Amino acid sequence: MNLRRDVFQAIAEPTRRAILLLLASQSLTAGAIASNFDTARPTVSKHLQILNECELIRQEQQGREVIYHLNPIKMKEIADFLEPFRMMWEERFNRLENIMKNHK
Amino acid sequence: MEQKTKIKALDGQQELFITREFDLPIDLLFKAYVVPELVAEWMGTKVLKLDSKRHGSYQFETTDPKGNQHRFNGVIHEFEANKKITRTFEMENTLFPVQLEFLEFTPLSDERSRLTMQVIYKSVKDRDEHLKMPFALGINMAHDRIQEICNTLKQ
Repeated sequence: MNLRRDVFQAIAEPTRRAILLLLASQSLTAGAIASNFDTARPTVSKHLQILNECELIRQEQQGREVIYHLNPIKMKEIADFLEPFRMMWEERFNRLENIMKNHK
Repeated sequence: MEQKTKIKALDGQQELFITREFDLPIDLLFKAYVVPELVAEWMGTKVLKLDSKRHGSYQFETTDPKGNQHRFNGVIHEFEANKKITRTFEMENTLFPVQLEFLEFTPLSDERSRLTMQVIYKSVKDRDEHLKMPFALGINMAHDRIQEICNTLKQ
């Protein structure tokens, strides 16, 4: 559960969300990612480290460069976190509909 | 399976929308929000108080699988039959700040109607924490339902 909470903290930060959006279209090196932001490069590295620890991205050594990829499985988990909330209301509203149909 | 209930929670905003279309005439849908016995039935809660009118209020009480009781309450600000209810929602004895709910009831035909709930939270963080609650409790809720059915069979 702790790890999951970290994932939501990770995506609560605007720069980290922007990094994820960047990596959604293509895999990039740390330098290429940093060049998209005015933020200092060590700050971008820190964001990459957090995203990596949460498994939202993964890094791959290619020669002297490190390439960052998006981890689609972890991203899907986030997209699905709304689902239990939606299901809770779906169940309630289904009950409402069934009960009220008997009142016609 | 068709998803009849839709949730819209845009990133970084402190509100969310819950939308659902019902195979019910508007007056029956609205009635389900006004008559205490009906609210208790579909919400799965005890209704301690429900005074459905402008400046009225409500208080609900639910019991979790461990037997702990949780109370919820709110004040009704706007009340227009078959049109809208504006109310607050507060979980008692928690750190969650009160939230504001706008319920809009729209007739689609003689037999169909739509409910839109706009919920506004004190902050983006409060909204996200609230959204995650059933996510964290999900497994327990499923167990609870099974236990309930087993208890019914035993009687």
